[in-house]
Formats: sequence, structure tokens, C-alpha cells
Amino acid sequence: MTDLTSLGVKAIRDGVASGDFTAREVAESFNAAVASAAELNAFIVTTPDHALAAADAVDAKRAKGEALGAMGGVPIGMKDLFATHGVQTTAASHILEGFQPQYESTVSRNLWSAGAGMLGKLNLDQFAMGSSNETSYFGNVASPWRREGTNAAMSPGGSSGGSSSAVAARIAPAATGTDTGGSIRQPAAFTGICGIKPTYGRCSRWGVVAFASSLDQAGPMARSVEDCAIMLGAMAGFDAKDATSLKMDVPDWEGALNADLKGKRVGIPKEYRMDGTDEAIIASWEQGKQWLKDAGAEIVDISLPHTKYALPAYYIIAPAEASSNLARYDGVRYGLRDLPEGAGLQDMYAATRAEGFGDEVKRRILIGTYVLSAGFYDAYYNQAQKIRTLVSQDFEKAWADCDLILAPTTPTASFPLGSLNDDPLTMYLNDVFAVPASLAGLPAMSVPAGLNPDGLPLGLQLVGKAFDEQSVLDAGLAIQQRAGFDHAPERWW
Amino acid sequence: MSNYRIQGATGEWEVVIGLEVHAQVTSKSKLFSGANTEFGAEPNSQVSLVDAAMPGMLPVPNAECIRQAVRTGMAIEAQINKWSRFDRKNYFYADLPQGYQISQLYHPLVGEGQLLIEADEKTGIPEDKVIGIERIHVEQDAGKLMHDQHPTMSYVDLNRSGVALMEIVSMPDMRSPAEAGAYVRKLRSILRYVGSCDGNMEEGSMRADVNVSVRKPGEEFGTRTETKNVNSVRFVMQVIEYEANRQVDVLESGGTVDQETRLFDVATGTTRTMRSKEDAHDYRYFPDPDLLPLVLEDDFLADCRASLPELPDAKRRRYEKELGLTPYNARELTAEVETFARFETLLSATATAIGKDEKKVATQVANWALSVAPGVIKSLGDEANVEHATAERQASILAMQDKGEISGGQAKEIFEIVLKEGREPAEIADTEGLKQVSDTGAIEAAIDEILANNQDKVEQYKGGKDKLFGFFVGQTMKAMQGKANPAVVNQLLKEKLG
Repeated sequence: MTDLTSLGVKAIRDGVASGDFTAREVAESFNAAVASAAELNAFIVTTPDHALAAADAVDAKRAKGEALGAMGGVPIGMKDLFATHGVQTTAASHILEGFQPQYESTVSRNLWSAGAGMLGKLNLDQFAMGSSNETSYFGNVASPWRREGTNAAMSPGGSSGGSSSAVAARIAPAATGTDTGGSIRQPAAFTGICGIKPTYGRCSRWGVVAFASSLDQAGPMARSVEDCAIMLGAMAGFDAKDATSLKMDVPDWEGALNADLKGKRVGIPKEYRMDGTDEAIIASWEQGKQWLKDAGAEIVDISLPHTKYALPAYYIIAPAEASSNLARYDGVRYGLRDLPEGAGLQDMYAATRAEGFGDEVKRRILIGTYVLSAGFYDAYYNQAQKIRTLVSQDFEKAWADCDLILAPTTPTASFPLGSLNDDPLTMYLNDVFAVPASLAGLPAMSVPAGLNPDGLPLGLQLVGKAFDEQSVLDAGLAIQQRAGFDHAPERWW
Repeated sequence: MSNYRIQGATGEWEVVIGLEVHAQVTSKSKLFSGANTEFGAEPNSQVSLVDAAMPGMLPVPNAECIRQAVRTGMAIEAQINKWSRFDRKNYFYADLPQGYQISQLYHPLVGEGQLLIEADEKTGIPEDKVIGIERIHVEQDAGKLMHDQHPTMSYVDLNRSGVALMEIVSMPDMRSPAEAGAYVRKLRSILRYVGSCDGNMEEGSMRADVNVSVRKPGEEFGTRTETKNVNSVRFVMQVIEYEANRQVDVLESGGTVDQETRLFDVATGTTRTMRSKEDAHDYRYFPDPDLLPLVLEDDFLADCRASLPELPDAKRRRYEKELGLTPYNARELTAEVETFARFETLLSATATAIGKDEKKVATQVANWALSVAPGVIKSLGDEANVEHATAERQASILAMQDKGEISGGQAKEIFEIVLKEGREPAEIADTEGLKQVSDTGAIEAAIDEILANNQDKVEQYKGGKDKLFGFFVGQTMKAMQGKANPAVVNQLLKEKLG
């Protein structure tokens, strides 16, 4: 029998449906793989019983001849930013340690309804703030990848680092991620997997611990474009409980997948040729252009003139929203409470939040509080909002000349854990190519393009028009077919 | 012009007042969640996941709350902003689960409007005055802290957390406690007419932040203080009196008024500092990223407008012009929703019972409703069961009186019995003998006997002593045991005395 853990979403779903193996066999295999991969620290908690129960339900349905759902029999990892009923949900923060929601996020509920089960809650950067998965209260996540000839633990990217590590290590066929300024795409690129952030509003934010509400968007992470299309279809949909949810039908992305790009124009933004970008990244970008041309697309040069302002604007808007969104963690109703002897309310707030939040979270709360303060609001927040509008307009203008955009996902490949800890600005630069699409709310995907000379994965990014995930997925598929990326990290854990 | 002045050592001071009234929107559920809003429930029994600000919870605007605020704006003739937006007001407090209040700072739902307060010599408002309203915005209420549940800890009740409020901000247009009192009463009346707020100040459905400053007449505005959460008309007026006098004292003794937030102490009728300007929060307002801008469609606005009832000013003018009521009666009858509702029901029933047009009986009904009926009810005290006083029964009494079947005194007696026993007026009049005699035969007989027995007075009357007419009337009524129709008695007496 094949090693079930080598299979992706589609292969598992189809195999279960056709009776090649049972959902329970799949769940048991992945539960075992998860249990044997503790060194990656990809999971904060594991939930083997959840995976088994979901699998049994699917097997029972099959026995009765019922439909199994788009994710029928597929066990997945759930980023620990999604509230899961009765299962600890922490956002990787001490301040929520032990918190068990009495509700289920819309996205996870949708996935369970589609027949998926949960292997566990995946580690992440604390409150999704980070690009290396080093800010989690529950420890760093290690990438399964290593630089050739070294044993240094590498970053799986962030904030969805548990997700990328688990999927790349084949201890989960797929995982949920969330992307605020690259948190799906950058880790996907670092670990040689696919990840798509859909149009803002496609996936409900209800029940997802908020980082920056106007940017947060959930999406799938998996090892193929097809698997992402399937899983995104199961996650997305209008939700009346989220006022920013898109009131649109969910297209059949999987069914419409088409790698023939004839008639498509792909834009190459000149502003993405930035100083400090790896040679290997530039080379893979060139390679990507050729692949898309081979697939029938026309390549056009475009300009997104406000690109260089996007990252600074992002690091004003996202912390501003976060400083407000995280005010609810105050020790009053749930989560950590630190009440020193004789303390009053203000003392309790200070002690609880000082103890509960990690350094990066505090840094961003401070930045956000500062930029919203009287006297600074116009100079920072308002100015950043104007830039956000200009960045969106850049894309709007570009669509006159192209249908989608090809760019690198990140300026570098993965780096060793700990190497950027003293340099938050360089860390923030990881998202320089990812942030513009986030500010504009556009669908964007990272697909593996190859390995760099150190043997580390590189990703290519596709950005599409609002609501046009299909073109993004189609171009992703064209690259996937030509890149033939079938590298897997060598097991060391 | 208000002539209200504070007499200081250095001369007269004028008071400048602006009010921010927080009115709880009448709706079954909260502004951004489905939780119930009923008053008086067990603590924390009406709290949704959103109200408790659980991780990942999101606000969704309640269309009914928006509708009520729009209708209120229309009722004060205000500009309705078809594009508005919610902002977050950030501060930490234990009764504020989100750590911010969702409000509207930059783009409120309702823009400038106005409200008329009427002249009232008794309270010191010499003439009608229009008070400007700057804006109405909608926002969430906070929860409530309870300090009396535990010796060393405070408890939190989140039932109110997230309840919809309208903040109605006046211009600094008021110049006396009386004007401010009239403004709050008028605003309350409009809210209750519209049905957008129950106006119940005791339950906290309406409360005011009172901004007061003083100046020498004609000079620039002085520095103002804001006294928070004042929950009755009387207290609003007390706050203004106290604050104005305090500020004059401060200024005249060489000090300066601090721009600060103050609290009203009901027990002493004084205000004291709550927090000074230096301690003022920096609320870090910014657009709520969980919510899209609120865009109102023309159809929605048309529905809001079509659903507005006749408002107090229009109703008062109609009562005067069409029903011919005195300005006093018109104002009294239109001040409260319950009063005009009872009046209009009774007016309709009475017109039907008598078979005349409403205009013809309006004054009679108004006098009954404002003076006669309340007098009888008051005199009976606990014996009166007002539920017995249906419109039909009162209309029946008024109809009998209109037809001359009963006198005014009999009407009151019948109404007393109605209130005590709930019997029908016609039956009471018959059974209790509470009817006027209009039978000319019986009255004539009585008159003839009286004239015969008082020949001397008849002579005096005929000799020019007109005043004796009243004596004959009195004697006749006495002989008829007060049940004779006075009009018939008068007519017959005149005939017989020549």
C-alpha cells in the first residue's frame, strides 16, 4: 500500500471515495506522522480524536452511499488562530493559554461540513505577528528544510509557520493559514508548498482571532494548486456574521482549473526589482515568465509606482488596527489574569498584558497606539490610508494592460532561526512583495518554483484581479506543471 | 432672549449651555449583536459572544437601530447622511469588553437639525426659541460595574454592553436652566412620538452630558465644563444652576475655569471634578475596520419618512387651527404621547356618540380630558380604577351632557361611579336618578307654586330688581332636587315672569 502521508487533498479525497483506503486509515497514518514529528514543533495541541471521529463519519457515510463532501476524509492542520469549539485556541500567545472557545469559526465549521477532520492546532507567530515563526509563546517552529550540508534549524516563514512546516514535512496533507501581509504566501514560499490568499472577504473572519481586520484573510496551504483550489472552495462563502464578507457565490475553482493561458496577459512590475533581492530569486522570476509564456500567456511590462510605500504603510495600518483589536485581552473575562496583591484595575491590565503578550506583539501595540495618537494620526494613519488607496489604484491601472501579475513571493529564501532576531526591519522586509496585494485586498498565491543553490525552496507569486482567484490558480497550475517541483525535505526529525 | 442672569460681584453673567443627550434606541436587539435589550434582566443574562468581545467575534450592524436613528433625525428636520461610518473610540475600562466603543466621530449618520422650545412665561421662557442640533450619531453603550456585591471586588454586568444609543448633540444655544429643561422635555417628547426611544430617564434610557460655561453678555464663550450622565430634567437644571454659579465664583475670585469632566452628586446637588483635561483620555479614534461604511438607499430613506407620525409641533398647530383649542390646551394635550392618544380616542368616540363633527366637540372633550376627568380621578384617590374609564363610557357621559340629559355635576357623579364600579353611564343615570328633568310640565308646576308662594318678590322683580331672577332659579332647582335642566328652567321662568 502507498504511504498515505505522501498523498495530497485530492488523492486522499478521491481514494476514500473510491474505496482504495478508508478515511480512518488516512487519519491514523497522519496522526502517527504528527506524533513522530514533535521536533518540528508545528503543533501547539494535537487532536487525533477529532481526526478519527471525522474520518469515521466519512467512512459511515460512504457505507451508506452518501456524498462525502469536497474534503471528505481529508485530515488537516488548523492554524491556532481559528476558534475551535472546546479545543484550546491561543493565537500562540500566553494571554490566551488554556482558552477553550464555546464556538467554532465559520471557516473551520465549513471545512468540517465538507468532511475534513482536524489533526491539531498549528503553531504560528504570536497573534500572527511575525515572518519567521519565532514569536510564538509555544516555541519556534522549525522548517523541515535545511541548507545543504548544514544542520541549522531554518525558519518555516511566518506567521503560518506551523502550517507550512507541517504540510512540507508531510505530516498534514493541507492546512489552513491566514494572511495579513504575506502570512500564507511567505511561509509557503519558504517551504516549497502552495498557498493562496483569496480576495478580501471570500473567507469569513468570524471566529478568527483578529490581527488587522481590514487585511486578515484566511486561505489554504497545500502541496499542489489543485489541492488549494479544492480546499479554498470548502473554506469560502458568504457569512452574515462578518460585515465584510463578500456576498458572492463560490465558483467551482477546482472544476474550472485550466493551465492553458492563451489570451492571458501577465504583468511584470518593474518596481519589484529591488536592491537586496537574491540572484536566485531574480533567476526564478525570469524562469517563471518563460513558463507562463510557454503556457500561452503574453508577458507585458507594467508599473506599480507606489510599491515602495506599501510596506511602510502596512506597518502603520496593521499595527494601528492590532493595537485596538488586542485591547480585549485585558484579564477581565477570559485568558490570563495577573492580579498582583492589592492591585487595582489599571495595575491588573498592566500586569496581565505585560505578562501575556510577547515582545513583538508589544512592539506592534506600541507602534499602533503611537500612530493613532492625537497629533500623530494625520501624519501617520491618515497618510498610510492615502498610500493604501494609491497602491490599490496602481493595480486598477495595471489591469488595463494585464490580467494578472507575476512577481517573486519573497526577496530571499528561508534563513536560519535566530538570524534576524535583532533586526526587526530586515524581518519586516520579508513581506515587501506580499504586502501590496494585501493592502489592495487582491487574490494572491505562492507556488514553488525550484530550489536555490543552497537547496532551499523558492516561490513565485501570482496576483489577480479582485474575485478572480481562477486566473491566479490557472497560472499557478501552469507554473506547477512546468516547474515539476517534486522535492521533499529529507527527514531529520 | 432669555433674561436669565447670574448676579455676580462684577456684574451680570450669562450662562451658555449645550447638551449631549444619550438616548437608548428602542429595538429588540443590540446595535451589533442579536442579544436582547430588555431592562431589568438578571446580570449577564443578555450577553452574546460579540458583547463579551470573545476572540474572533465581529460586529454586524442592526438595521432597525439605524432606521430609528434616521427617523429621529428626520423628526428634528436634520440632514440625513447617506454615507456614514463607524469609528472606534479606544480606552480601557472593565465595563468595556472590546477595549473600544464603536461610535461615529468623523462621519455621523445625522447632521444638523433643530428643535423648537415654546414660550412659557411661568418657567421664564419669554418667547419661542429654536435650538440648533449639531448631529446625531449612533454608538454602543458600555456595561455596568457593581461595587456592592463583594467587600473587595467589583462585579461587571454586560447586559447593557452593546445596546444602541443615539447621541444627540445640541449647539450651545441655551441660555438658562429653564431652556435646557424645556429642550430635554421637548426632545423626549419627539423621541417618544417617533418611537425611537422610550425616554425613560429612571431606567437610564435617556441621560445627558451637560456642558456649561459663563460669560459677560456679548463676550466670547468662556471655558466649559462637562457634567456627565445626568438622568433627569430636574437634575439637568440643578447642574446648570450650580455650575454657572460655581464658575462665576471662580472667575470673580481671580481664578480660571478648567476644561474638565465633572460628576453630579444627587444627594448634595453639587458637581465635582471627575477628571481634568490633563487626565483626559486620548481615544485614538479611527474607522472601525470590521465594518464597511454605512450607505443608505433612497428607498430606505423614503420608508423611514413615510413611517413618521404627526409630530408635536404639527399636532399642536392643528389642534389650535382645526380643532379650535386654546394654545394652552393644545400644548398640554400634545406634550405626551399617552395624552394625545387618549384625547384623540375620546374625541373620536364622543363625536360619534353625539353625532357631530369632531371640531364641534373638541373644546368640550379637551376640557373634560384636561380638567374635569383628572379632577374626579384625583378626588377619588385609591378608589378610582382608571381602567373602568374607557373612551366609550366617557364619550357616553359627554354625549348625555351635550344633549342636556345630565348636568355638569351629574356628569361628574356618574363618572365617579364609573371609576369605582365600572358600570355603564346610561344605566347609572337611570338607576341612580342622575338625570335632568326637561319635562316642561313638571317644571312649570314647580315654578307656578314658587311664584304663588312668593308674590312679594315677583312684584319686586317686575319693579326692576333683576337680581331676583337667580333666586327663582335657585328655588326651582331646589324644588326639582337639582335635576331640572337649567336651560329649560331659565326659559320657563322668563316666560312666566314676563
